[in-house]
Amino acid sequence: MTDDREPTMTGYDQARWIDGDEPRYEPLLSEKDETTVEVGGDDGPLPDDLTRDDLTLPELSEPELARHYTRLSQMNYGIESGPYPLGSCTMKYNPKFTEDVAALPGAAVHPDRPDGTLQGTLELMAHLQDYLARIGGMDEVSLQPPAGAAGEFVGILVAKAYHEHNDEGHRSEVIVPDSAHGTNFATAALAGYDVIEVPSAEDGRVDLDALEAAASEDTAAFMLTNPNTLGLFERNIEAVAEIVHGVGGLLYYDGANLNALLGRARPGDMGFDVMHYNVHKTFATPHGGGGPGAGPVGVVEKLAPFLPAPRVRERDDGFERFDPEYTIGKVHGFEGNWLVLVKAFAYIARLGDDGLRDASAKAVLNANYLAERIGYEVPHGPFHHEFVASAGDQDAADVAKRMLDYGVHPPTTKWPDIVSEALMTEPTEIESRDSLDDLAAAFEAVREEDDETLAAAPDRTTARRIDQTEAARNPRLSWHDLAD
Amino acid sequence: MTDRYHQAGGTPFAPHTEAETAAMLDAIGAESEVDLFDIPESVAFDGEFGIDARTEREIREECGRLFGENDDLVEFLGRNHHGHYVPSLVDHLADRQEFLTSYTQYQPEITQGFLQALFEYQSILAEVTGLGVPNASMYDAATALGEAATLAARLRQVDGTRVLVPELLCPGRRSVLDNYVAGTDLVVETYPTADANVDVDALADAADDDTVMIYAENPTVRGTIEEHLADIGRIADDAGALFCLGSDPVALAILEEPASVGADVVVGDASVLGMPTSYGMGLGLFVTREEFIRQVPGRLVGVSTDDAGNRAYTLTLQTREQHIRRERATSNICTNQAWVALRTAIHAAMLGASGLVDLAETCVREAEALAADLDSIDGIDAPIHDRHHFREFVARTDRRAAAVRDDLLEAGFAVHVVGDHEVQVCVTERTERRTDDLVAAFEEAAR
Ligand SMILES: Cc1ncc(COP(=O)(O)O)c(C=O)c1O
Repeated sequence: MTDDREPTMTGYDQARWIDGDEPRYEPLLSEKDETTVEVGGDDGPLPDDLTRDDLTLPELSEPELARHYTRLSQMNYGIESGPYPLGSCTMKYNPKFTEDVAALPGAAVHPDRPDGTLQGTLELMAHLQDYLARIGGMDEVSLQPPAGAAGEFVGILVAKAYHEHNDEGHRSEVIVPDSAHGTNFATAALAGYDVIEVPSAEDGRVDLDALEAAASEDTAAFMLTNPNTLGLFERNIEAVAEIVHGVGGLLYYDGANLNALLGRARPGDMGFDVMHYNVHKTFATPHGGGGPGAGPVGVVEKLAPFLPAPRVRERDDGFERFDPEYTIGKVHGFEGNWLVLVKAFAYIARLGDDGLRDASAKAVLNANYLAERIGYEVPHGPFHHEFVASAGDQDAADVAKRMLDYGVHPPTTKWPDIVSEALMTEPTEIESRDSLDDLAAAFEAVREEDDETLAAAPDRTTARRIDQTEAARNPRLSWHDLAD
Repeated sequence: MTDRYHQAGGTPFAPHTEAETAAMLDAIGAESEVDLFDIPESVAFDGEFGIDARTEREIREECGRLFGENDDLVEFLGRNHHGHYVPSLVDHLADRQEFLTSYTQYQPEITQGFLQALFEYQSILAEVTGLGVPNASMYDAATALGEAATLAARLRQVDGTRVLVPELLCPGRRSVLDNYVAGTDLVVETYPTADANVDVDALADAADDDTVMIYAENPTVRGTIEEHLADIGRIADDAGALFCLGSDPVALAILEEPASVGADVVVGDASVLGMPTSYGMGLGLFVTREEFIRQVPGRLVGVSTDDAGNRAYTLTLQTREQHIRRERATSNICTNQAWVALRTAIHAAMLGASGLVDLAETCVREAEALAADLDSIDGIDAPIHDRHHFREFVARTDRRAAAVRDDLLEAGFAVHVVGDHEVQVCVTERTERRTDDLVAAFEEAAR
């Protein structure tokens, strides 16, 4: 820490609907109106035994609804509200023009039309497949998976189909490092594999001995993020690949952290056989309050025949969809989250080679600069686009709650758990030096506060600390549950 | 544009000036940005992708030109992907950055707005299904069906290995289901249909103690309204199996309430409200009974109180989820379709109860009227199923269906081919004013 900037505390003061001194919450739609409409009867188009009796929903005018949702939006923090250094999630600014591109008339077509009537859509898909293949150093790409976890599922199903095709269906294990994201474990289990967890080495990277001990002729695949969830490049990646390939397994790349490497290193060159791209992270498509995203999958040549159906290719007379020879089938009813893919295409085209390389450079610069300016210890390095600090004696979750009071979104907390009281921080390239200084000031202010203050936080937000136990003990999931 | 941020040579979405970059490097104690990368030489990439950077205007033009190459067709298409008219309010409110650019509500104290919107979405689903546990979204209808099957596999209340699905099922949906059960010991089998409804006797014969789930749709993929829901519920009950019903929130506004016919899980595409036709992008609706709440996949928004004693919303029962339970999680889903759910909720609120019922009745009336018009054409029989229909129906053509379809495309209309002499036609309030033109085109094409 060089300068002692005070946190501004003006970053983002959330709207609270104040009524006198009391915060008055925006009522539920159902508290504003409930209208019951009889269904069927003599005027209805269907016999009564095929219909319900009635339907009860709010009936409100457009101006009332506009206010309702505007108020709700004012009780929500987005990327344009302030810094959003949520580790592993790559919360970049979402360029506005990509929304307009996705809203172009002609983008909204039905997938069941014949290929000849969809040439523009198919051409864009072919270009995006090609861009992604180049960026990842992969041979072929499927755009179908609707999120990162769905991409993992495709990757592991492709690995399974490949092994079965080679009469190696006995391979029953997928190896995952202890620092991996929860979806890696859950995906391997969903695909029917036993999950073998390997501990990280002291330095936070893959422990080669542990991997060697875990790898066997039962290994179907090893799933790895690189840089890993601590932001560290797996310097031994070639040795890792040798161990995994040596026992006949495949190496899976979880693309969540690709924003660290654009134009500097490619999974295909490191020995990965199959990967997903997380376009809502690396390629700046909006996270939508939880989704939709997209998780295209890239593979090396030998795995291409197993990719989901359909894929797109160029022929002499235009573009067409086709089913790969040994396709695993589908992981989405149609062809994935198309509008998200359009936005990703627009973003990649906007940046091009130089812009992509620069995005990574600035993301890494920002993470390093921010880490430099905070007093929390960062046990592992050198890190790239994100770092995991330790809150030390403080409770990381409380630190996060207190950071809300300083008007910023806190880091991801308590994961990966190989760092105690983890604060997983990823500012991305979009923050200026000034805003990083603000963010650092917020970290520092919280670091110097006592446990009591932290435990009482937040108090400047729409809601104060929320009782999680009560929510889980008595689950109320709809307004019907509130009525009783 | 020639301002600093929009020149070639860097990302326009990073604010650093050269001087700032230098000062930051200085603070870190690094010589250059490249020095910050810890990548061994042997795996470093020093090539080019060969992707040219374009300006915003160029990309809009490029994509406009590409989409312009799609034929301009009036789509009478459905079969699991339906486009209703989406009111402008939906786009304008859902595009507010606080909604669009935020992520999962890991910090509920600053995301009450989205949580409340999702809670309202869940409430609308609870109302139309009559079931108590709606989740905050799956990817699409097909993956929701897959998740329903794995739910059945996990429940202690049901045991066995067989999942029964109707022989009339979109191949895409079936394929996704097969992949979701690939890691379980479940096997998917088809049961017969009769005149595009469930063949109840055949289903009763097929269902046994080893059955864990029976899946049926209302409306079916052929647009027919299922007339035997209560029977199916009873058969599932007798077999000790879950009854999983596929539907959507527009259809459910008027069709039999799932809870009243014994449905245990309802899945389907909720984006029939909120999204236009989007090349198959959807929103998986998933609602089930209270007793299965600990085994539900996906995110759940619940109600609690905050330290000030006020009502507050939060994600709840997260110990089911992958970030906590890892390989024992109820699903691998993380990023979902929350923003689409927001759009669905806004659209539903905009329609209200009467608007929604009205829209659903239109889907019945228009399909019926269009089928009758087509039926009066020589060489066409419509509908071929002696059922009530919702949005869509199948017609028999004397000519080869593919030839009819091709002639219709020439005339600017798209329909499905579902058999050698069968086409499927879907009509909603969006296409309703073009039905006369479609009928005229059919008159030519049917010959
Ligand atoms: C490291 C890592 N892997 C996988 C995922 C899963 O991706 P998604 O949420 O798109 O399914 C995430 C993010 O959520 C992640 O951070």
